[in-house]
Parts: sequence; C-alpha cells; structure tokens
Amino acid sequence: MRAMVYRGPYKVRVEEKDIPKIEHPNDAIVRVTTGAICGSDLHLYHGMMPDTRVGMTFGHEFVGVVEQVGPSVERLKPGDRVMVPFNVYCGSCYFCSRGLYSNCHNVNPNATAVGGIYGYSHTCGGYDGGQAEFARVPFADVGPGLIPDWMDEEDAVLLTDALPTGYFGAQLGDIVEGDTVVVFGAGPVGLFAAKSAWLMGAGRVIVIDHLEYRLEKARSFAHAETFNFTEYDDIVVHLKKETDYLGADVVIDAVGAEADGNFLQHVTSSKLKLQGGSPIALNWAIDSVRKGGTVSVVGAYGPMFSAVKFGDAMNKGLTLRMNQCPVKRQWPRLFEHIRNGYLKPSDIVTHRIPLEHIAEGYHIFSAKLDNIIKPLVVAGQP
Amino acid sequence: MSEIATPYIASKTTLKRSAEDLRSQIPGWGADLDPADRPSYPRENPGIETGAHWDFPERQPEKWPRERSVEHAFLPPVFGTSTPPAGVSGAVRKHAYKYSEGRAAHWLLLIAADRIDAWEHHLRSFASLRPDNPVTETGVLSEFSRGGLRSRFGQKRADVNHQWIDPIIVGGPWALAAGALAAVAFRTLRKRRRA
Ligand SMILES: NC(=O)c1ccc[n+]([C@@H]2O[C@H](COP(=O)([O-])OP(=O)(O)OC[C@H]3O[C@@H](n4cnc5c(N)ncnc54)[C@H](O)[C@@H]3O)[C@@H](O)[C@H]2O)c1
Ligand SMILES: [Zn+2]
Ligand SMILES: [Zn+2]
Repeated sequence: MRAMVYRGPYKVRVEEKDIPKIEHPNDAIVRVTTGAICGSDLHLYHGMMPDTRVGMTFGHEFVGVVEQVGPSVERLKPGDRVMVPFNVYCGSCYFCSRGLYSNCHNVNPNATAVGGIYGYSHTCGGYDGGQAEFARVPFADVGPGLIPDWMDEEDAVLLTDALPTGYFGAQLGDIVEGDTVVVFGAGPVGLFAAKSAWLMGAGRVIVIDHLEYRLEKARSFAHAETFNFTEYDDIVVHLKKETDYLGADVVIDAVGAEADGNFLQHVTSSKLKLQGGSPIALNWAIDSVRKGGTVSVVGAYGPMFSAVKFGDAMNKGLTLRMNQCPVKRQWPRLFEHIRNGYLKPSDIVTHRIPLEHIAEGYHIFSAKLDNIIKPLVVAGQP
Repeated sequence: MSEIATPYIASKTTLKRSAEDLRSQIPGWGADLDPADRPSYPRENPGIETGAHWDFPERQPEKWPRERSVEHAFLPPVFGTSTPPAGVSGAVRKHAYKYSEGRAAHWLLLIAADRIDAWEHHLRSFASLRPDNPVTETGVLSEFSRGGLRSRFGQKRADVNHQWIDPIIVGGPWALAAGALAAVAFRTLRKRRRA
C-alpha cells in the first residue's frame, strides 16, 4: 500500500509499505478514504515529540471502510463505513470505564502519562496512523463508529479530532451563562472551541491569533470578536481593557507547544527542544483570565518541562483544566448539534491534498501558506 | 462601563447583548447551558457503556522485546508495532526506557535518539535505490505554487521572525556533510598528486 512516512524533522515522503495485519482478536483493518493533517502532526513533523521514529506513518484523523475484522469483533463487519476517533483505547481499564478514553492504560507501553494515539510517535504507543491506504484499528468494538447515512464524509473526518476537541475545550472551561470567553488560537481546534462556547451560553467570545485570514474565519464562522496580538504591545493588557480590567471568566489555550509571540520561548522549544513546549499562549491565558477563573488547555505540550507562570496561576486561584479529548464521548451530542444545523464542521476545510502530495501538504500547513486552515488528505491517484 | 472599573466594586458590568439577542443571532446559543447536557460533565462517568466485552483484553503477541515505561506494572495487552528499535538510535532508546517518565534523562535521551535515527536513515538511504531528497521531502516547492511570499509578507505574522531557522535546521547538516565530504576528497586528491 501507499503510506506517508516520516524521514526526520521537516521531511516526509510516500512509500510502499505492507498492508497492516490483524494483530489482536479485536482488531480491524480499515481502508482509509479520507484523512487529515492536524496541528498536532506539526509537533511531530518539527521533531518535537520524543521517540518519533523514522519510518512511522502519521495520521490520527481518518474515516474509511472496514476491510477485515479479527475473530472477536462483534459490532463491525467488512464493508462498514467507519469514523475512527484519534484515541486508541480499550474500553475496560480503570480510566476507560469512567469515560476517560484519552487516558487508557491498556494501549501504550511506552508511557503511562499518555494514552494511545494513532500515528503519534512511540510516546503515544507506536501505532502507525491513517495517512495511508490502510490502517490497523485496535479495539474495533470500542473506538470506531458507523458513519450515519445523513453525514458527509468530510464532516465525519472532522469528528475524529478537531471538532470534538474544540467542543471539549469549551466544556473544560465550565462556562456559565454570560461568561466572557477568550480563545487563543484560530486554528481548527480554536475555531471549534469558539463556536462551542456559544452553545454553552457564553455572553462574549473573543479569539486571538496573528494570522489575519484565520481571524477572519473566527468572525464569520464562529461569530467571535477578534484581536491580532501583533497589533498590541501587550495582548494581556489589551484583554484587561476589553474586560473592564476584570479579565475573562474563561480562557481556552488552543495553540499548544509551538506558540508564537515571544522569540526566545518559541526558539527554545520548537527549534532547540529545550522545553516540552513554548507556553506563550498558556502564560497569556493565565495572565488574562480573571482571578478565580478557569483556564482550559487543549493545546498539546510535550512531556518535558515548560516555563509556565505557575505562581500567577496559584496567586489568582485559577482552575486549570486540560486533557486530550475523549472523542467518542462527544459524538452523540455533536451529532445532534450538526443535525440541528448549529454546526457545519467542514466549513473550515480549505485544502484537499492527494496522499501522493502529502509532503507539500505538510509544508503548506506548517508554514501557513495559501490561507490554509484545515487540510484533508484524499485517497486516490495523483 | 461604570466610572469605577469592575474589579474594584461588587457588581459585574452587564453584557452588551442579552440572552434573547444571542439566542436569535447565534445558531444553537445556549443549547448546552445545562451542564447535564455536556458530554464530559462530570469528568468521570463510572460504568459508562464503551462496547468492551471483556474485563481485561486478550494479549497481543509480543514479537520482539517491546520497550516499555518502568511505570507500567507489565506490558499492556495491546500496543503499536511500528518501527522496532534498531541500530545506534535503537540502543539509545532502549537505554532511555530505563529511566521513568519523571526523569529528564528519559526524554532527553529519546530526543537525542530521534536525531541519530534520522541520520542513520539518511546515510542508509544513499546506499539504496531511493536516496533522501531534501527538496521533495520537505515539500518546499510549494513555496512557489502556493504563494510563499504573498502568504508571509505584508501580513502581520509573528512567525516570520524565526522561519529563517527552518532551512538551517533542515539544510545545515546536509551542507556540513557535503562540505566535509568535499574537504576529504580535496585532501585525498592533493595527497595523491604529491605522491
Ligand atoms: N487536546 C487534544 O485532544 C488535541 C486534539 C487536537 C489538537 N490538539 C492541539 O491543539 C492545538 C491546535 O491545533 P490546530 O489543529 O488548531 O493547530 P494549528 O496549528 O492549525 O493552530 C494553531 C493556531 O495558533 C496560532 N497561534 C500561535 N501562537 C499563538 C499565540 N501566542 N496566541 C494565539 N494564537 C497563536 C497559530 O497562528 C495557529 O493559527 C495544537 O497544539 C494541537 O496539538 C489537541
Ligand atoms: Zn489531532
Ligand atoms: Zn482503557
């Protein structure tokens, strides 16, 4: 089969690989029909995630058709159209049985602090991902779900990560009616978080980024007020002014490890790998939320330490909430919101990249060229 | 806004838009106002239906000694089988797994192994039918077809100040390697001529 493989920082190519095999009785093999590149993949692509091995296939957002199932699979059969949450999880461990699917303890030998994620380094379990013609999907009776007939394939692929993560990020904010919610990052996750904040009753939603075209999308797609942080001397002070010096009730970090806005923080983490991630957006969140407020972190950070302003968080009595998203837990409610017309996930898709051209897809997304917001990876001939 | 800013007095300033306004202007506003409608509330939901029909999953066969965190009681029943450790990078990785996730040594060794791994593969690729090609593999030609200049300049982007480092990270080692190779070749040639 054809599959994207990592060749070292900033380098990927498409190679011929063996089709994955059933390795466990509850495995399925899925033929991928649509995939995507996530902001998280950029952390791998830039060589930031420890134990990212040359030869690995990335991709944790994909939908497709079941090709083959293992002997203990009861809920899926060959030919079924499925969407696969980015979490690999067992459904039965201490964490899964309480709904913490992203924190599964049975699927990742390499680390106990993180669960399993498709195509996301060995630190997340060493699974090859879905930027390929086929993928191995463990626990086929637990993770994947049938794509409903009424759902578009492109909406389905966004339901495997970006949309549930944004929605989950808004939930972590514990928003109450009338809250002022600030979202750092106008990428796919931030856009969906901003949109979701309204569902939970926010009174004001403000999105911060430095890419004008994404802020434009935040206004049109997520009905948000926007500020470009490069236009302000100090975005924290500006947000204080905007909130009558109180600070926002809830701030969501949808940026993560490669935040910009401070050369030293960015270079020491993204380029020199001396920090687990550049906490610029996280520190801005801590400083711009009100005392007693909540900071929700869905931006991803590496496992090493980062220079986070913890003292401010402590002195302000903040609640910090965060996690990888337990994707499937979000589905039933999100399906309703989509059917009711509250959300059209595929509105944020800007690029459809053939698998054979994925190296260019990574570059365009990483360098933020051509007004890219969300690139999908499409199967088929170049 | 009052004359005295909000945090100095007890009452919160009223919002510009009422709930009625918001409900009429924003699709779905308030649909999840009740926390009970939010799927991840409360955080833990003991006994949630997951589809699992086992108490503990069957064990996937371990086809090579699978490196694992010392914080695990045993090898978890299911795991990824991509790219087993090999070569010098593999040895460094295996050593890294002797330290817990709480130790910086664990992560720093893994990051070092990642850099070694990339070089092992680059070198090996030159002896293969498909040598690494930094031009196609970085996708850098999309700079021309997808508006590299237009996307960057005249914008207010904050990332342009460090993007110049990327070609150095990617191309620098190649240039150094090429330089070293040229120097060796030059010296051998000179020695031969003298001899
Ligand atoms: N928790 C989860 O389950 C989960 C799931 C998916 C993605 N993520 C993480 O969420 C983050 C965002 O993902 P994405 O796909 O939207 O990525 P993305 O790269 O498209 O978006 C990140 C955005 O942040 C902006 N940005 C950079 N520095 C900023 C700053 N200081 N302030 C405000 N904005 C800034 C960038 O310009 C960009 O628009 C990533 O870290 C990703 O790893 C987490
Ligand atoms: Zn992701
Ligand atoms: Zn589990």
